[in-house]
Amino acid sequence: MNRRLAGWVFVAPALAAIAVFFVGPVLAALAMSLTDFDIYALADWRNLRFVGFDNYVALLRNPLFWQALLNTCIFVVLGVPLSIGASLGAALLLHSPMARLQGFFRTALFAPVVTTLVAVAVVWRYLFHTRYGLLNHALDAIGIAPVDWLGDPLWAMPAIVLLSVWKNFGYNMVILLAGLQAIPEDLYEAARLDGARRWALFRHITLPTLAPMLLVVSILTMAGHFQLFAEPYVMTQGGPAQRTVTVLYLMYEEGFKWWSLGSASAVAFVLFAIMFAITLLQLKVSRTQAGR
Amino acid sequence: MRLRPGHVLVNGALAVLSAATLFPLAWMLMASLMAPGEASQFPPPLWPKSPSLANYRQLFEAHGIARQAANSLAVAVAATLLSLAFNLSAGYAFAKLPFAGRERLFRALLGALVIPGQVAMMPLFLLLKQMGLVNTYAGALVPWLASVFGIFLVRQYAQGIPDDLLEAARIDGAGEWRIFTAIVLPLLKPIIVTLAVLVFLGSWNDFMWPLIVLTDRDLQTLPVALAGLSREHVQDTELMMAGSVLTVAPVLILFLVLQRHYMKGLLMGSVK
Repeated sequence: MNRRLAGWVFVAPALAAIAVFFVGPVLAALAMSLTDFDIYALADWRNLRFVGFDNYVALLRNPLFWQALLNTCIFVVLGVPLSIGASLGAALLLHSPMARLQGFFRTALFAPVVTTLVAVAVVWRYLFHTRYGLLNHALDAIGIAPVDWLGDPLWAMPAIVLLSVWKNFGYNMVILLAGLQAIPEDLYEAARLDGARRWALFRHITLPTLAPMLLVVSILTMAGHFQLFAEPYVMTQGGPAQRTVTVLYLMYEEGFKWWSLGSASAVAFVLFAIMFAITLLQLKVSRTQAGR
Repeated sequence: MRLRPGHVLVNGALAVLSAATLFPLAWMLMASLMAPGEASQFPPPLWPKSPSLANYRQLFEAHGIARQAANSLAVAVAATLLSLAFNLSAGYAFAKLPFAGRERLFRALLGALVIPGQVAMMPLFLLLKQMGLVNTYAGALVPWLASVFGIFLVRQYAQGIPDDLLEAARIDGAGEWRIFTAIVLPLLKPIIVTLAVLVFLGSWNDFMWPLIVLTDRDLQTLPVALAGLSREHVQDTELMMAGSVLTVAPVLILFLVLQRHYMKGLLMGSVK
């Protein structure tokens, strides 16, 4: 067996799996989003009809879709900056030359990342309990009246943001910590000799050096946030008043509760298009800023 | 060492932040040892009055959770082995075996990363239904077979293998498969451990796909079963906490033991 042939043979199983179980289904989803695939078609394929862009048009006319999109955007806009802010703050603390027991603290702060989302969502549902939840108990100690976290349409999404920040900040913290450790100490030394204060060092050395990494981290974090599903599924079931129905939650209900697989595929593609557009926008904005 | 205000501030902040981060997990464990109804008192207690494993016993005896725990373990172990089988040879080939169109193919794979996996779920469900794999372990395993991330991870690591070593083996007349199994795989050991840990934790924690494809209670994994139980037993705080501990503890312990390998994978994956 020569080397060129061997290469193909070695990648063939993986490529076949990806083609059959991912690329194929993605293309099929695009086709399916143009059909009225529903529970009748599920029973008998002959009931399947081509409907063009009807699913997309119906989606844009569906107030629940707009609500879901709004809810998802609220989650992204609140969650991404808070999460990255917490990651950066924790990474800076860990990176401080004054910090002791770095290994221990890093493990402690990272622990939620490896936990099972469903399980910790169940835990937080009780921590958020209006009467017996420890969060309200703690707030009470500093004189804040109890909040009906998961029952109040105003607070349900912020509560999910809180859980999500707790669960996820450790991930980016570890990445940013590695970024901080990679900044050469000479840069700081030189600036210190020039009399730069701590804030100036952060503003003019740390942030610009970390910028490319922050961009990647924010793109990946944003993509992750657009895929919010398990938290509302476990904690609120989309409520109260549909304020925690997310785009993926809508896709799940359309597809696997009502078996409108055509319509669910359309939801999935709209989500993909939005994520793609925002990623491109982020890359573009960062490029113009870098070029300035 | 002199105690300076800076030291107190930095380490104090780290201690408070770590305590706050670990608190929900600690409370989960404490509440799981409480008597039924004990957690729903005012003020909410932090410690069980008389710790007992009754909630765990109830999970196993009345709810048969051992079955779902075994499902989770089986799926995670199988997902890990399958992903190693598919990704190791592909990652090595992308790093070390030149073939026509290799670079273009690899770029296409990386490009596919922008497509969220959920887009494929509806047709994938139909495909598996046709194949009779809905409500089987195999159905739950399909997304873990080969992954762009896994291939990428192995490729990154395999690029460090010296070409001379492979050439020398070829001159000695070794075939490509023999070179892979006898020379390359032992060298890839560190990344094998890393990939295995990442896939094991990922598949154990996975929720949306198992929720869709495993509707039969006897086949469900722990997260799916826990989500179902928590809808039926909203009031049973202590029981649900025992279920959460049971779900989280194995992965948390595995992570603590193999932390170094996990972090390496995380950092290698993040520089793409």
